[in-house]
Amino acid sequence: MSHPRKLDLESKLSTQLSGIPRSGIRDFFELVIGRSDVISLGVGEPDKPTPWPIREAAIRSLEKGQTSYTSNLGLESLRIGISKYVEEHFRVSYDPKTEILVTVGVSEALDLAFRAVLNPGDEVIYHQPCYVSYGPSITMAYGVPVPVNTRLEDNFALKASDVEKAITPRTKVIALNFPTNPTGAVEPPEELEKIAALCVKHDLLCFTDEIYSELLYDGAQHKSIVEYPGMRERTVLLHGFSKAFAMTGWRLGYACAPAPLREAMMKIHQYCMLCAPITSQVAGVEALRLGAEAYEGMRQSYEERRNFVVKRLNEMGLHCFNPGGAFYVFPDVSSTGLTGREFALKLLEEQSVAVVPGDAFGPSGESCVRCCYATAPDLLVKAMDGMEAFVAKYRKAAGA
Amino acid sequence: MERLLELLKENARLSAGDIATRLGITEAEVAARIAALEKEGVILGYHAVVDREKTDHSGVTAFIEVRITPESGGGFDRFARRVSQYEQVRGCYLMSGAYDLAVVVEGKDLYDVARFVAEKLSTLDVVLSTATHFQLRTYKHDGFMLNTPPTDGPLLVSP
Repeated sequence: MSHPRKLDLESKLSTQLSGIPRSGIRDFFELVIGRSDVISLGVGEPDKPTPWPIREAAIRSLEKGQTSYTSNLGLESLRIGISKYVEEHFRVSYDPKTEILVTVGVSEALDLAFRAVLNPGDEVIYHQPCYVSYGPSITMAYGVPVPVNTRLEDNFALKASDVEKAITPRTKVIALNFPTNPTGAVEPPEELEKIAALCVKHDLLCFTDEIYSELLYDGAQHKSIVEYPGMRERTVLLHGFSKAFAMTGWRLGYACAPAPLREAMMKIHQYCMLCAPITSQVAGVEALRLGAEAYEGMRQSYEERRNFVVKRLNEMGLHCFNPGGAFYVFPDVSSTGLTGREFALKLLEEQSVAVVPGDAFGPSGESCVRCCYATAPDLLVKAMDGMEAFVAKYRKAAGA
Repeated sequence: MERLLELLKENARLSAGDIATRLGITEAEVAARIAALEKEGVILGYHAVVDREKTDHSGVTAFIEVRITPESGGGFDRFARRVSQYEQVRGCYLMSGAYDLAVVVEGKDLYDVARFVAEKLSTLDVVLSTATHFQLRTYKHDGFMLNTPPTDGPLLVSP
């Protein structure tokens, strides 16, 4: 009788997957977990729970026994709500029956969009530093990630000229995320217009993740690439409830796209997800009914916290531009003589303040750290005091 | 309400510098505005919001509904101001509906409050009737939730 060989599970894994590194955020998260003394600026979510009326709508639905599957597309009432909200907010109208799909967060919608259009070897251009899932999602869909760096001197806006240089005959999609996680960058309309023109000229699709679009400051109005001529027909607009409505844990997002694209995404969604959780969808209906009433107070408070944090960071000698949206600042820490990762590790060790190393969002963020200012104001003050002492020590050592 | 007041109502310990940064005005402007608000009596004072159940305070708080006969010339004001003078009275409000004044009274114990009602309040000529309700437990006070069961907090680092 022959002995069975020892099972080597590593060798059984998909080679497509094994090439993908673990998220740099997870590495860092493991250092922090279990520590109760840490002031965290490391999260990507609001500090407040979901507004009560939204939670209450979900509770009521559970009391009524609304616990079934929904249409694969999502509740009709939610899709109608989304259609109205999107028309008001983005000035583009989508048919709730044929052009809207409710998903489990924007992450799912983005994954569906890539899987729906990419053939092996197709290239996707996106900007970096960026949210951690872009590159891996493209790879898992057998596409080729083509990151284009954005720079501190441009306030991390994406230059259309850089996009143009990255376009090849294999380019199929340009993926955008403005306002951006992790930089808080907002794309100037003149660049957006040029990128739209490139999409049309080279017959490219555009996936635009506008999850932070409500969180804009200094009185700015959101401008989406989908509004430009020739764009609606080639754009997948991705949005959700997580950030503005403080609903990260509900996992609720949506995609708006021309019918053939929506249908292709729907095909994958119906087999892998079936539908978004009904309780979350009911909560989403209420969130959209409330609209700005639910988030304007939070937005205003984020703006004030941003003002505070940007001022303190620059005063302590970390170069930090004033980001126009989202709830992150992305200061350059090179004046301390440390990389972003060293800075984050030592800051955690010495001051018990958690920030995320910028390289978690792509190599171009190496000299930066991401700080989330959707944190209680009194904790922000303490975190800034800790960072100031830390920066003073290392700047002195670096001879700055 | 102006934003400065909202911020102070949330946290009166914010420094003028912090407020200035958040509102995008100068520290001197903040200080001047606060001084003016204090002078105009818009800001009456500052206090800590305390969860009394977590202190050794053993007192009681009662909410007293008072019906009175309005006085000619003074209406309810004269009586309300007079009642408000008592140190035990923490709040006094003119109400619409089935009674006229809501008086919030703090006392050492039940008898202390009962004595106040019997000896001070009910003896006043204009008082028609009183109904005293004792506070048993506080769930929310001055905008702060109390005794909320702990939950797993959010993650410390998330994408």
